[in-house]
Amino acid sequence: MSANWHVIIPLIIFTILVFAIGFWSNRKLSSSKSFLSDYFLGGRELGGLVLAMTMVATYGSASSFLGGPGAAYSIGLGWVLLAMTQVATGYFVLLILGKKFAIVTRRFKAITLVDFLKERYKSHTVVILSAFSIIIFLFSAMAAQWVGGAYLIQLLTGLSYSSALFIFTITVVIYVVIGGFRAVALTDTLQGIVMFFGTLILLIAVIIAGGGLENIFADLISENPNLVSPYGQDGQLTPAYVSSFWILVGVGVVALPQVAVRAMSYRDSKSMHRALIISTIVVGFIMLNMHLIGVFARPIMPGIEIADQVIPLIALDVLPGWLAGIVLAAPLAAMMSTLDSLLLLVSSSVVKDIYINYIKPKAPASHVKKVSLGVTSVIGIVAFLMALNPPELLIYLNLFAFGGLEAAFVWPLVLGLYWKYANAEGAIASMIVGIGSYIVIHFYNEANETLLGVHTVTIPVVLSLFFFVGVSLLFKKEAYKF
Amino acid sequence: MNREYTDLYRFKIAHREALIGCALALFNMIWWYGFAYGLGSGDPEKYTYILGFPAWFFMSSIVGFLVMVILVWFVVKFALTEVPFEDVGEKD
Repeated sequence: MSANWHVIIPLIIFTILVFAIGFWSNRKLSSSKSFLSDYFLGGRELGGLVLAMTMVATYGSASSFLGGPGAAYSIGLGWVLLAMTQVATGYFVLLILGKKFAIVTRRFKAITLVDFLKERYKSHTVVILSAFSIIIFLFSAMAAQWVGGAYLIQLLTGLSYSSALFIFTITVVIYVVIGGFRAVALTDTLQGIVMFFGTLILLIAVIIAGGGLENIFADLISENPNLVSPYGQDGQLTPAYVSSFWILVGVGVVALPQVAVRAMSYRDSKSMHRALIISTIVVGFIMLNMHLIGVFARPIMPGIEIADQVIPLIALDVLPGWLAGIVLAAPLAAMMSTLDSLLLLVSSSVVKDIYINYIKPKAPASHVKKVSLGVTSVIGIVAFLMALNPPELLIYLNLFAFGGLEAAFVWPLVLGLYWKYANAEGAIASMIVGIGSYIVIHFYNEANETLLGVHTVTIPVVLSLFFFVGVSLLFKKEAYKF
Repeated sequence: MNREYTDLYRFKIAHREALIGCALALFNMIWWYGFAYGLGSGDPEKYTYILGFPAWFFMSSIVGFLVMVILVWFVVKFALTEVPFEDVGEKD
């Protein structure tokens, strides 16, 4: 595809806006008293709208924005049903971690998820184990998003892969480095709004192009009736399999460090209450729209070979160029907003959990600031270099990233918060069993049929619960008091 | 002593709200599962349609979503309590 300026100009304007937010946040940052809390948590002062949007945007990543509609295109309405399990994330995370996490992390002066675990379990093993799983898994997830972003820019602008990757990297790294969490949260809000309206416009355009709902469904049925059933085009989506996504993308999301950290960043109860309503609406609306677009695109543009490209291709097909440019800022926004949070989170783990804990505990503030900015830039650049030619290992690790982290952290986090007999031994056992069994079952499922017919994450989450409770009781200590 | 007292009060509220979250998710899942597989298990060519969508999808994924939005709104309005997050006398 050759350069299409109608499409490129809106994307450039979008990028400039993102930079402007970065610089504005930087000015606010330089007047702050506590650099770490301000840089990595935005000074715990997010309001309702920004909190809701940054939750949704962090979560709605490239995988759900390009891969999701792509899967819906191939599999049909059953995949939209599966995607709607994500409505739960809108209210579940904030209600479960909720006020207790907010109160306790303030008391601990925790800036990362690992800070919370460190204070709660008082164990170096827990700290090191969790910091390394965050760094390794999220770094790979991040590099994979990098690749997705570059492909999209390449497709839209006609630039080469490496120059697209370069532009994408520079944009994200610069605003994250200069603006920190506040820039990330504010750009997420902008990106969330773009996704909200972008998916709506595109859905309406697709329904019109397809000749109305009745026509579209009639076309789908005449091609393959299974496309409009909940079971997928070959009947491959069993109820058990689809339901197990309630764990992976619904309730398990509580334990993703990039999501949990947002649950310690809000100003007060009022912001949390507003965010609950907004994020439920926004996450449900975006997920419904963009997956429906995937299904409805099928009769309009049959035979798209790389299903992940369905959103850009259909947008360029059914919308006038300038509008396609605005709408296509949405998937780019989705990737940027996931990426910026991951970048900041990996950096906070390196700086706060490893460097300040173990290498230089008494570092003066100015030194911490330099290290934070330096580490964030270096991680961004290393991820860029890896994405230029992604190593095999990276692709593997990315497959484990979200499920593995959920299996590792869900019980240490939730039971640590709500069960007073939770202790370090239980947490360590649960993390090792969670990640270990996740990897084993992943390879088993690849080689054989899906074990018990459910998504890989299901069994590790159950196993790690048993190990957590069992081992905690075995090493029983006195009840913990916050 | 003061902190223990406020903890007792604030944590009690927090625990109740976490349980509400579990109840909402459970209800959400039952609604979603019930309509999807209750109405969607027949022959796709004989589905009934509501507002242009197959009934199973309309009820489970569209109405289900709207019902959750309304429930969350109700919960926020009537069941959640505002509590301060800072410990008394140690604001940061």
